[in-house]
Parts: sequence; C-alpha cells; structure tokens
Amino acid sequence: MADHELEDPGTSTPVKLSRRDVIKGVIAAGAASSASYLFRGSTASAQASAPGAVERLITLDVNGQQRRVDVMKQETLAMTLRYKLGLTGTKLGCDRAECGACTVLIDDVPRYSCSIFTHTVRDKKIVTIEGLAGANGKLHPVQQGVLDEQGFQCGFCTSGFLMAAVGFLKTNPNPTRAELAHGVSGNLCRCMDYDKILTALMRGAEYMRKA
Amino acid sequence: MAVIRDVIPAFELFQPASIEDAQSLLARYGPEGWVLAGGLDTFDWLADRIKRPTAVVDLGQIKGLSGVRVVDGGLEIGAMTTLTEVVQHPVVREKYRLLAEAAEAAASPQIRNQGTIGGNVSQDARCWYYRAGWPCYRAGGNICYADTPKGLNREHAILDADRCVAVNPSDTAPALIALDAKMVIRTPKEERVVDAEDYFIGPATDITRMTVLQPGDLLTAIRIPSTWAGAQFYFEKVRDRNVWDFALVNVASATKVSGSAIGDVRLVVNGVAAHPVRLKAVEAAVTGKPRNEATAELAGQLAVQGAQPLQHNGYKVPLMTNLVKRAIRGVAGEAA
Repeated sequence: MADHELEDPGTSTPVKLSRRDVIKGVIAAGAASSASYLFRGSTASAQASAPGAVERLITLDVNGQQRRVDVMKQETLAMTLRYKLGLTGTKLGCDRAECGACTVLIDDVPRYSCSIFTHTVRDKKIVTIEGLAGANGKLHPVQQGVLDEQGFQCGFCTSGFLMAAVGFLKTNPNPTRAELAHGVSGNLCRCMDYDKILTALMRGAEYMRKA
Repeated sequence: MAVIRDVIPAFELFQPASIEDAQSLLARYGPEGWVLAGGLDTFDWLADRIKRPTAVVDLGQIKGLSGVRVVDGGLEIGAMTTLTEVVQHPVVREKYRLLAEAAEAAASPQIRNQGTIGGNVSQDARCWYYRAGWPCYRAGGNICYADTPKGLNREHAILDADRCVAVNPSDTAPALIALDAKMVIRTPKEERVVDAEDYFIGPATDITRMTVLQPGDLLTAIRIPSTWAGAQFYFEKVRDRNVWDFALVNVASATKVSGSAIGDVRLVVNGVAAHPVRLKAVEAAVTGKPRNEATAELAGQLAVQGAQPLQHNGYKVPLMTNLVKRAIRGVAGEAA
C-alpha cells in the first residue's frame, strides 16, 4: 500500500467537504484521499502481514475493460460502479437486495451489486448495462426488444431488469412467458408495468435467438 | 430499517485462501470478527450498523468449499455452493429433488445466485426487533419485544419458544433434515460431523445462537446419504409473496411406500420454532398406515399438539396442520 498515495486513516486530517464534493472528487481522481472522511473513528487498521489481507488498489474487469480503482474494504460493487467508475446506468433502489435495480452480471450470472463487496469480485468478469451494446453502438437484442415494445414506463428499473433477463436467457434461451417471469422475479417495477416488461423481454429473447 | 446510508462503517477485510488461515483470523479477532459467505445475511446487519465487526473474513477465496461431489453413493455439497448450483445439479434434481425444490423456493433468483447453502442453514433469526438492534433476549438483553401485549408477532413461533419467539428462516434446513443430511463442521481443533437435525438449536440451549456452531467454527460441507435417494418427496412453502419472503411455514417430507402403506417417513416443518421441527411423533404414528385422508388427518392434528400461538400468529396452527396433511397425502399443489 505504501506505493500508492493512500492516507493512513488513523492519522489523516479530517477535511470538511460536502458529500457532493467528495463524490465528484472520487470520480474525477479515483483517489483515496478524498474518501478519508469515511474512516473517521474507524478502529480498522491495515494488517498487510496477515494472511488474506487485501490491497485497496485493485483491477476490475468491467465490460471487458481492465479498470484500476481504489476500493474501500466495505465498499459495495454498486458504489464502485456508480461513484468510482462513473457507470451510473446501474441503479440503486433499495440498497438491500430487495428490488433488483442494481442487478449486474458477475461471470454471466445476475446478482445484486448493492449486496456484493467489490473486493469479492475482483477476479471475475463484471458486465453492466453499459456493456451490453456492441462496440459499434448496436444495441443488444434484448435492448432492441425493449425499445421496439416500449417495455418500460419511468425506466428506473430497466437496467436491472435487462441484466437479469440477459443473464437468465444465457442459460434459458427459449423460455415460456412464465419461465421468463420466474427468471426476472428478483426485480421490482414500481410502475407495475410487468405485463409490458415481459412482452418486451420476450421480444428481446426472440431477437437473441435470431442473432 | 431499510434506510440507505452512504456507506457501511469501515472494517478490515480478509480473504484467506485456506480454512486454517480463516480460523486463525477468527481466533485473532474473537467477537470482533465476522464470517462472510454469500453475504445476504451479513449485509443487513452491517448496513443497518447493528453489527460493527472490526474484521470481516470472506470465505470466498477458499478452494474446495464450493461444489457438489458424488461421494459413497450420496452427495457432499460444499458449504459455499450457491443455492442456484444446488438447484441445477443433475444428481440433486434426479435423486434428492426435495432439496432442489427447497433451495429454489428461497428468496429471489439473484439471491440464490449468490447465497450459499451453508449460509442458508446458518443464517440468523429474522425477527425484526432483533434485527433492528433492540436489546432483546437473543441480543443479550432480558426482554422479548415480540412477545409483549403490543408486540408484532405474526411471523413468530408457535412451538418450543423459550423467552425468544423468533423462528428459523431457512428453507433448505427442513429438506436437509428430511434427507438425514450430515453437517461437516471444522472446529479450531478437529473436524466433526453432526446430524442436520442436531445442527439447529433452540433458545433453551443457547438463546444467542441458531446452530451448534461455536465462535470460530466453520460449516464446511453438507453430506447427503443415499438412504433417501429417489424417495417420494413433498416440499411446500407458504409465504406472503412469492419472491424474497421467508416462509410463514414450510414443510419437507421424504416417504418410502411399501405396498399401499407408508413404510418409512421423515417429516420436518420450519417457520414455527427457533429451529426446524422434526415431527417424530407424527412419523411414528403414520408409519405402517395407508396413505389416505384418515392418516393425513391424524398426522395434521398430531403435528400441532402443544402449539402455543401468540396474539397474531394463531393462523400458523391450521396452516401447519394443513401442510402436514398435504405432505402425508403427498400430492403437490393440491388444495387442503
């Protein structure tokens, strides 16, 4: 850790910053120093010599890119994606594994990024909504299906639904409507737009099979 | 409770590569240490700041704790195997379908993709007074907030309560007990194997724990013997909504039929006590009897003997009766 410009949380000087300043600072610089306020009163201290101790500066495989990022031990993947890597397509709804808005793919499997410590997925492939479209900007078949069917109303839950559906369809490419509903049953829509969402996702599944 | 706060308070994170390293870390930190498996129980505790561990020990990097292996005709399921992996495993589906059905009934797809079977059987009570940090018996205090004149106890225990009226929330636990599974526990000194039935404890044994695991112990695997492979199974979970919710009551049974009679049966109900309840008296009463309505009726009535409902959970008595009747009848999904 000495190689990096990390402040020892025990000795850092508390700096008065607004939350917005801190978030902007972190996104802009990816630097730990801006986040040191989070460690006030912390009893945790670095135990670099202990077996299994983790470094804060890690490399994540996100949407096919290697992203170097400074990650707090207690940081969730949703926080890292949104506030460190600027991937704000992943939404935070409940932050409690109860709504699905934050769903991302971890090694092709849909999981709630609000309930994953980022350090636990540093050796895995992470795909967010930003990683679905092709390099040329061509939409993923499921995205195209949702667009064609106008599947969502307010859209806040869309990215989570899409990631859950894409993950489900990887292992169940030809589901019935009921099977697909079960596959995305870990996602909530407060607009109660489930019928149209299912129609759109079924269209997307059809496009996926043709692609 | 579900309040979004900026971040979980700081802790030191360890990702040891071996069980020995994990246990030496847990020994070093003692009550300040915290074991992390899938994390679905952990996150609520930490995000609500009810538990403030100094060190979190993540078991995710330990090789050999995950996966399903065929052993001695039965199965050995690593404690870190996800519920989805259990559900999808071909041998589980073919021979121990009871477990696949129970695991599939838990939580939501994303949670099953991350939550482990070891965590599912070892998770803490979900009583909201306890989870919200009230200083109740289970938290080391001297009152039960749920069992008071104005307590909200619709989801609480009807059997075996002792001061604490919380219930065990696991769906896989009753299925594992019905399958006579064995829990492989690594203590700091040795490996020991306990019957799934004895893995879960009630408040009379230790009011602060749900299982026999002592601090520093780790559940490493669950073994399922071939005894009940291919038996007739019944699993049903009743809950308020079909995703996320824990069981109000669930039932798991394994039955071997000889002729038209019940030859051998194991019957377990969860959501009614602080531990899954194996209904041995019912098992004994129905063994040798024909699998018909009269036997089901007898089983249902016998199952709830001694039940002591609280103000708001009286419905659990007929619910448990009917689930036991259905399990004895053995026809999934039919109305009681």
